[in-house]
Amino acid sequence: MSTGLEQLYQQIILDHAKARHGSPLQEYLGAGRAGESHQLNPVCGDEITLRAGVAEGNVTSVTWDGAGCAISMASASVLTDLVQGLPRDEVLSLIDAFREVLRSRGRIEADEEVLGDAAAFSGVSRFPARVKCAMLAWVALEESLLAANA
Amino acid sequence: MPVVETPVTLTPSDAGLTDAEVHRIRNDFPILGTEINGKPLIYLDSGATSQNPVSVMEAEQEFYEQRNAAVHRGAHTLAVEATDAYEDARTAVARFIGARTSELVWTSNATEGINLVAYAMSNAAAGRGGEAARRFAVGPGENIVVTEMEHHANLIPWQELAARTGAELRFLPVDDDGALRLEDAAGVITPATRLVAFSHASNVLGTINPVDELVRLARSVGALTLLDACQSVPHIPVDVKALDVDFLVFSGHKMLGPTGIGALYGRAELLNAMPPFLTGGSMITTVTMERAEYLPSPNRFEAGTQRISQAVALGAAANYLSETGMGRIEAWETALGARLVEGLEAIDGIRVLGPRAGMPRIGLAAFDVDGVHAHDVGQFLDDRGIAVRVGHHCAQPLHRRLGLTATTRASTYLYTTTDEVDAFLDAAAQVRPFFGAK
Ligand SMILES: Cc1ncc(COP(=O)(O)O)c(C=O)c1O
Repeated sequence: MSTGLEQLYQQIILDHAKARHGSPLQEYLGAGRAGESHQLNPVCGDEITLRAGVAEGNVTSVTWDGAGCAISMASASVLTDLVQGLPRDEVLSLIDAFREVLRSRGRIEADEEVLGDAAAFSGVSRFPARVKCAMLAWVALEESLLAANA
Repeated sequence: MPVVETPVTLTPSDAGLTDAEVHRIRNDFPILGTEINGKPLIYLDSGATSQNPVSVMEAEQEFYEQRNAAVHRGAHTLAVEATDAYEDARTAVARFIGARTSELVWTSNATEGINLVAYAMSNAAAGRGGEAARRFAVGPGENIVVTEMEHHANLIPWQELAARTGAELRFLPVDDDGALRLEDAAGVITPATRLVAFSHASNVLGTINPVDELVRLARSVGALTLLDACQSVPHIPVDVKALDVDFLVFSGHKMLGPTGIGALYGRAELLNAMPPFLTGGSMITTVTMERAEYLPSPNRFEAGTQRISQAVALGAAANYLSETGMGRIEAWETALGARLVEGLEAIDGIRVLGPRAGMPRIGLAAFDVDGVHAHDVGQFLDDRGIAVRVGHHCAQPLHRRLGLTATTRASTYLYTTTDEVDAFLDAAAQVRPFFGAK
């Protein structure tokens, strides 16, 4: 197996693609407000509906339904674990940091201290056709957080 | 300039290409010698777009180097030579499908050909073209029929036509295996049907649809027929007169030609009565400030400066295919298609769409890998230099009907070797283990 493929499909990604933390989508019954977003990648049909709850400025819950490739599903799962309980503003900057890494075509290495397991997606940035897959859940969360604030 | 009006029918030969011939053919396609990710390219995406032989690329270059000028417009020598090259190409492509030269309209691709007919029909519905064009008009209480397996190119233009005119869009359903439910056809195609549009060969299922039966049904209610021949004209001998359809479309880039060129065939009496779609220069006889008279087909449908070098190159592509022999290409690809399906069906967790092994199919196969998304399948194969198509292949309704969102498709052409098919099958067998699919 070539290193390219293994860089893309790291074991942690393959595991999360199956575990799908945060799925299925659930009603938000907590305090504060919830926002929701549906994202579709028309190229391959990858799809996600994500709901985020925000209370007192913190992300209290992320749940989602999705169908798609290993990269998009693993990314949603990793994201769910990463952002639980974090301040909303911090989550928004994490999304920006992740986007910057993914769009860098391999030039920017993800900081594991900041992005945790999501750093495993650094390899995706060398596969421009797959960047959208990895971003799908993150864009959905970004929109949900904006909607929850509206 | 001389225009040959006698269609020449192809002589099919049942002996397919040989391995040695295919290897010789490959030398005509420089791109097949390139490497992808450090591995020799195995190009199994000809159903999306085919590669070009040197003779096609040279035809386009030679045109620009020696004959480039505006066609049908100038009196100077170069303009005459350019016009000859352009019209000779039309004759070559028309003959290739058994049509008369005047029955072959250049378009950008099949999509544009279908839109041309759809817009001509709504122009007729708006009264353009007068009494002679009434047969193209559709409106409330009437319907247009497509099938559930159509490429979006042969669906959305009809949705739009229905929305513009108040006509109804109906479809012939497919069964769980993707075969057309012909037994339902009599209830769908009715005396209110104005047009039946369907694909000759499916770009997803690989089936060849029963053109005879559908044309007979359409005729019996006075409906026109349009055949989407995108996946047949490049791969099997096609004779429009034998098929007896009213309209037929195909794309040059799927038959060894360049992008940006395709064609619409229409029976001469229909094309000459049909109102134009795009209008402007080069398609008129007399123009006043108030109105214009239009040329007969094909110029009637070719407004504005045309894709001349692309047409010339497509003529060269048709000649390349004819010289190789469409019957022999068909036989070779049928064998490859059978090898693909047999090999894929033998792999655990892979479901092939369309006809089972042993049933007729063209040289392509789309499949679902249990537990692995098509995008990941494609990525795995790409790592080995194998180019396949992943996604819905512009046929979302068909995928939805079969309970899928995305599949992987391997499609062959005259330059595909059995070794390539075997390398693909070998890689396909390793996909589920790699992703740990159970
Ligand atoms: C069956 C079928 N119809 C229509 C099309 C559309 O062809 P084009 O995009 O060249 O117009 C395609 C190709 O993608 C096809 O396979």
